[in-house]
Amino acid sequence: MVIECKHVWEHISGYLDGNLAPDVLEEVQKHLEHCEICSAILDSTRNILILTADDRVFELPLGFSERLHARLEEEIKGMEPPPATDDSARRK
Amino acid sequence: MTATTSPRDEAQMIASIIAGDSRLFHELIRPYERKVYVMALSFLRNEADAEDAAQEAFLKAFRNLASFRGEAKFGTWLISITLNEARSRIRRRDSIKMESLDEPPDDQGHTTPALLRDWKEIPSEALERKEVSLLLQQAVTGLPPIYREVFLLRDVEGLSVNEAAEAIGISIASVKVRSHRARMMLQKSLAPQLKRVAPKRRWFPWS
Repeated sequence: MVIECKHVWEHISGYLDGNLAPDVLEEVQKHLEHCEICSAILDSTRNILILTADDRVFELPLGFSERLHARLEEEIKGMEPPPATDDSARRK
Repeated sequence: MTATTSPRDEAQMIASIIAGDSRLFHELIRPYERKVYVMALSFLRNEADAEDAAQEAFLKAFRNLASFRGEAKFGTWLISITLNEARSRIRRRDSIKMESLDEPPDDQGHTTPALLRDWKEIPSEALERKEVSLLLQQAVTGLPPIYREVFLLRDVEGLSVNEAAEAIGISIASVKVRSHRARMMLQKSLAPQLKRVAPKRRWFPWS
């Protein structure tokens, strides 16, 4: 059975996550072999996922960690320790 | 992120903190600093606000640690606190509605991807260029909120479908649908732009 491009687009995510049902996977793969547009959509989506997952896209501001721990230190000092309930005291 | 694969025993750390060893809290949260900040940034779109919200989320986690039951992972619980903190700040800040937090139905329409004939990989070295990483950052933060949070948790922070569902408080099926739509929206907006910024003279014959 020949499937249309539109149908393949619905499965791009499942294809990248590797969780398509075997029969769907086979149809999608067959389609990708001869459709350069769908192949380019798949490749560009995969590439975009690789790029956005890179730590350089969302960087922590300089000194973030130092400021965070200084604030925590200060607030924790001025705070009673969180109350230990019976339940939490029992927990290992 | 390899935080959760390390042999540290978070349940034990949490028990010690509740029992009074509050210094351990600093260690407990170290692997999650970036996650929390990125989630806050994606909502508040401003570094200073995001940093403040992240600090507040960590403080709330400390104050409420005794109520953490250990049914979820600590990291997932922490992300729910961060999401709540960021959402409530947006409501306060933008009482004149700038973006809707209302949830549109998941099944509305389809996103037609950007149609290309070929795609050459954009090498990750391209991220050294500020404009490229800014382009990616803006595209992600420009997604509608319900898609943005799923995309960040799944594809930037590497949470599983189940963990993302738990952190946001939606079904696994919704995570899958939103994840797919978010990816397609990004492909549509980013692929044509990335094609333009791709270094032109750097393609080697074997690439």
